[in-house]
Amino acid sequence: MAKVAGDIKSEQEQENMVNLLLDEKEIQVPASATVLEACKLAGINIPTLCHMDGLTPYGGCRICLVEIEGQPTLTASCVTPVREGMKIQTSSKKVREARKANLELLLSNHPLDCQLCDRNQSCELQDLAYEFGVRKIRFQGEQQHHEVDLSSPSVKRDLDRCILCGRCIRTCAEIQSVFAIDFANRGFESYISPSLGLPLGESVCINCGQCIHACPTGALSEVEHVEQVWDAINDPEKTVILQTAPAIRVSIGEPFGMPQGTISTGKMVASFRRLGFDYVFDTNFSADLTIIEEGTEFITRLTQGGKLPLITSCSPGWIKFMEHFYPELMENVSTCKSPQQMMGALVKTYFAQKIGVEAKDIVMASIMPCTAKKYECQRDEMKASGYQDVDYTLTTREAARMLREKGINLAEMPEEEFDDPLGISTGAAAVFGATGGVMEAALRTVYEKVTGETLPKLDFMDVRGIDGVKEAIVDVKGTPVRVAVSHGLGNARTLLDKVRAGDVAYHFIEIMACPGGCIGGGGQPIPTNLDVRMKRIEAIYNLDRSLPVRKSHDNPAIQKLYEDFLGEPNGEKAHHLLHTHYSCRDKM
Amino acid sequence: MLYRAHVLVEMTSNSIHLGASQVKERLEREIAQAGLSSEIKVLETGPLGGGVPSPFLMVYPDNVMYAPVHVSDIEEIVTEHLLKGRPVERLIAAGARPERKEGYFQPSPLAKEKRVVLRNSGLIDPGSIEDYIARDGYLALGKALSMTRQQVVDMIKDSGLLGRGGAGFPTGLKLEFTMKAAGDEKYVVCNADEGEPGTFKDRLILEGDPHSILEAMAICAYAVGADEGYIYIRAEYPESIRAVEKAIESATESGLLGDGILGSDFSFRAKIRQGAGAYICGEETSLLESIEGKRGEPRVKPPYPPQAGLWGKPTAINNVETLASIPPIILHGADWFKNIGTPTCPGTKVFTLTGNVNMLGLIEVPMGITLRELLYDVGGGIRGGREMKVVQTGGPSGGTMTPDMLDVPMAFDTLTQFNSALGSGALIVIDDSHCIVDVVKNFCEFFLHESCGKCTPCRIGNKRIVEILDRIQRGKGQENDLELLRILGENMKETSFCGLGQAAPNPLMKCLDYFREEFEKHVTEHLCDCQVCEMKPKRKKLSV
Amino acid sequence: MEAVKGENLVYNEVDEILEKYQDEKTPLLAVLQDVSRKWGYLPRDVMGYVAKKLDLPSAQVWGAATFYSFFETEPVGQYMVRVCKSAPCHVLGALNVVRALEQELGVKVGETTRDGKFTLQATSCLGVCGVAPAMMVNEITYGNLTEERIREVLALYE
Repeated sequence: MAKVAGDIKSEQEQENMVNLLLDEKEIQVPASATVLEACKLAGINIPTLCHMDGLTPYGGCRICLVEIEGQPTLTASCVTPVREGMKIQTSSKKVREARKANLELLLSNHPLDCQLCDRNQSCELQDLAYEFGVRKIRFQGEQQHHEVDLSSPSVKRDLDRCILCGRCIRTCAEIQSVFAIDFANRGFESYISPSLGLPLGESVCINCGQCIHACPTGALSEVEHVEQVWDAINDPEKTVILQTAPAIRVSIGEPFGMPQGTISTGKMVASFRRLGFDYVFDTNFSADLTIIEEGTEFITRLTQGGKLPLITSCSPGWIKFMEHFYPELMENVSTCKSPQQMMGALVKTYFAQKIGVEAKDIVMASIMPCTAKKYECQRDEMKASGYQDVDYTLTTREAARMLREKGINLAEMPEEEFDDPLGISTGAAAVFGATGGVMEAALRTVYEKVTGETLPKLDFMDVRGIDGVKEAIVDVKGTPVRVAVSHGLGNARTLLDKVRAGDVAYHFIEIMACPGGCIGGGGQPIPTNLDVRMKRIEAIYNLDRSLPVRKSHDNPAIQKLYEDFLGEPNGEKAHHLLHTHYSCRDKM
Repeated sequence: MLYRAHVLVEMTSNSIHLGASQVKERLEREIAQAGLSSEIKVLETGPLGGGVPSPFLMVYPDNVMYAPVHVSDIEEIVTEHLLKGRPVERLIAAGARPERKEGYFQPSPLAKEKRVVLRNSGLIDPGSIEDYIARDGYLALGKALSMTRQQVVDMIKDSGLLGRGGAGFPTGLKLEFTMKAAGDEKYVVCNADEGEPGTFKDRLILEGDPHSILEAMAICAYAVGADEGYIYIRAEYPESIRAVEKAIESATESGLLGDGILGSDFSFRAKIRQGAGAYICGEETSLLESIEGKRGEPRVKPPYPPQAGLWGKPTAINNVETLASIPPIILHGADWFKNIGTPTCPGTKVFTLTGNVNMLGLIEVPMGITLRELLYDVGGGIRGGREMKVVQTGGPSGGTMTPDMLDVPMAFDTLTQFNSALGSGALIVIDDSHCIVDVVKNFCEFFLHESCGKCTPCRIGNKRIVEILDRIQRGKGQENDLELLRILGENMKETSFCGLGQAAPNPLMKCLDYFREEFEKHVTEHLCDCQVCEMKPKRKKLSV
Repeated sequence: MEAVKGENLVYNEVDEILEKYQDEKTPLLAVLQDVSRKWGYLPRDVMGYVAKKLDLPSAQVWGAATFYSFFETEPVGQYMVRVCKSAPCHVLGALNVVRALEQELGVKVGETTRDGKFTLQATSCLGVCGVAPAMMVNEITYGNLTEERIREVLALYE
């Protein structure tokens, strides 16, 4: 019987496969594949520019051309489904010449100053020009020129480098559902424009920076704060303090040639200490603190009948998204500041006191996987210390560049510890960097606080993983607590629309703006794609498992902080320093 | 009220600026002054085509046509003809006094004229649904409703009707695909975004016989199972928009559009959507994007519109001229249609004659007519007694014909054999006073302006082509420029996203081939024999 | 509101336009056409308002508005003169028409006269090739253009 069933199954599989002749070689591929995917399955990675996994195929750049027998013209493999018996040539003279001609056309409307570009050596256009052996550009002529748009606190747009592949537009629309940008004008004068032709800084852009990962060239990059941080380091009057986010330690090794998914906490600390920071603190510390504050807030709402579901507030991209598109859920969002801002507020108050330095003489910098953090630290509400609590936010990429400028090879550094007392953290804080992590960390604390019992099993597998929306029901001593987790704002929109419509009822929701959570943030090393995200997530959970303390409320430094300085969780001082408020923003 | 006579005044965007409004106004005044207002009715009508000069007057039941008519002629026509019954011989259009025959009225001097899609143009008041009904209007719809959907589709399939928008795809198949596509919500769309330079046939059909389009759309809707249709008309055609608006209104009032048409359970509503100045929207998927309120960029195909068209629903999109052929096919049968035109390309085609030809205008003739007949018999030859240099058929994206191709039969398949294309039926006649570089640059500038910018080869390729042609025109051509033009053109043709990008380099490629010497002379000798290009003319040394 | 005074008044008028199309699916272009007819161009704020009312991303509205050549995003003259430069007009002297228009109006193609009366633009085929060379002034087409006829036509708008 089993054999028969197996045969049926393989027959069905047969039906769903088609036979192709790829470069004179017979192959079988799933009938639903595109020609591009079929070629990949056969080990041939057709060059592309406008194509990106996870986005609707576009077919605009005309680089992924192949020759298909019987077709009157060359075919863009990314938008062409396979057919039984298709005969495909991927490197005929005609194909090679056509790809090269279109690449040259793109280059003819692109600055050829790679040395001056943010994406030098990580540019797909540059790579293709090398791979295709372009030695001169035959088609010279007028180039489109636009002013660099520096209006956004997070994302810099240099449209002269834009090749109109539209990956940023599709990312913003399809992954994030923000629709901040679109094509404008037409023909040779086409360009990519935010709302109503205004600068990006005046648009609904939520600063997540996912468009930067989507961009194959240097048209999009972060607004840099490298110079300001150097100036602070070189200023003898200033005490310069750094914090590093949970997601940095699993990605900062990549620019130094370490394998994706390497945990390099100690080398990271050693490197940045050598860069000249006076103290290197850990955002994981304030992540633990966030769990105490947010956990307390949740328990209060749960037990005293507050507004539910409670929605997390660590992701500044998500916060701006909520302010634009879901202001009616504003009261559902936790008032907790993000860990970056909690750290800033503490450093310029608690720690300043401790070391006897005035807050005005402290420069607080952070390394974040996030471009929205650059915007978050500039928000008016983020001045609990009387000064801007966090002065500069560097992306992982900027931070790596600073190390390289100084000549520090992170991979060869010794392992060192964070500074005390804001450098001690738990496994709960470590998982903040991955989607589901904040929820998992919160549940570990909430369960034990509510029940007074020790959690039998610390790993909440239901909220882990790369599914867009994850759900779990946690039995808290007879009370079923319903939680949901989403990452990528398109997924968040799906989830929130259901919440808003009353189709689902949750107690607690985690939302992260970026796919995969912070490890997939807009400030992370390039490339950041699904594969890389998975490796970083794996590293995050490995780190959690390796730590002696895995629950935020067990962090001794946190306990001491409340005793010495903050008083009660959600107390008056905590409220002043660690909580914030939001405001409605225009939907367009 | 019964009238003794009707006088039709041609009222189209063409004729209006040639004084048609003033002619009509004067006519009504003179008729009133002569006390004939209760006996003679003045009506507006659409174009007649067939090289009849504008504006014309048609007097029924006398079948007398005056063309062209000037305001100063009106007094005489009223007093002599309408009052005294003596037609003004000196004003009668040449060859315009045929006997009234069964079937189609043939006012043209050209024996070959055959009116199928223009069957009513110039003969009825396009604003009057009664006029349309009186000439068998909506009869085909009634007949279709008595047939099964499959029978309607089969009849159109059997007729061999090919899409008249330019691509020549079998209309019946398109309808069948849409009919067979899964889903309850389906649409029919009329493509009246006639942007191909030199083409104005659709405008004249819409202005002269708008009901024929509504009837055809209803028939298609019935066949495919749609109950809603959109007519996408370009913004440049305000008259057409008004004519169709009025037709929709009166057809709805008469119960020929709306719910339960002609006592059946078939319902159909038609709506107008306006273009806003984008040639690319003539491409069917761009047109759909535009109706959806987006930028008119072409969609990835497959899926094709019959599977997933307007708002993702199965959609049958047809060109105006194609649609106008459908009611007669339903009424007279597939065989009747197949007897017109060529065996592989049945039916008629409306050609528009433009450029350096004596008689500008349009004519409907059976497929298979030769360019010579069109140019010399209909068009009266090249202006100023010059020679034909080239005729661009089907507009810039179509084919290029040189004098040696004058006798090739004009049909979709035959022209393809001669490396040309029928396209929309536009004929841009260019005489030998024109420089080929200048003409080709004009075509390429058009595509540069109209490229949507989605794909690399069309967006940047067009720009580079125009830049090179421009420098050649200024006497700054470089040695390998012609080779670069060839590479760029070939690349656009081979790699552009949509049909329009692929067709854009057609005239460039053909003319580079046919007029190689003229191009080379521009590049190497900096000489423009036609003295069109403003390059410093190099004085040629006379050989003694 | 940029060139349009009286914000509420303006939005009332936009609401009237929107109401006309409230039963239509995806009526963006139709709405923009009416807005454009009313103000001669698409004021930015009105586009933003339309986007909000139609629940469309304003980037998408901007994308559509700038795609179509009959939409203007900056104020233009009272009369838009669109002169055809496509082949059928070109071979019958469209360049002379352009030159004559430029001379008569004292502006180059793409510019607006100082009194704000005329904007001169080159356009693609108007579909009146039977009377080439041709031009369009707002919604009215004029053909068989000669220098004299251009003067006559422009006089109609003085």
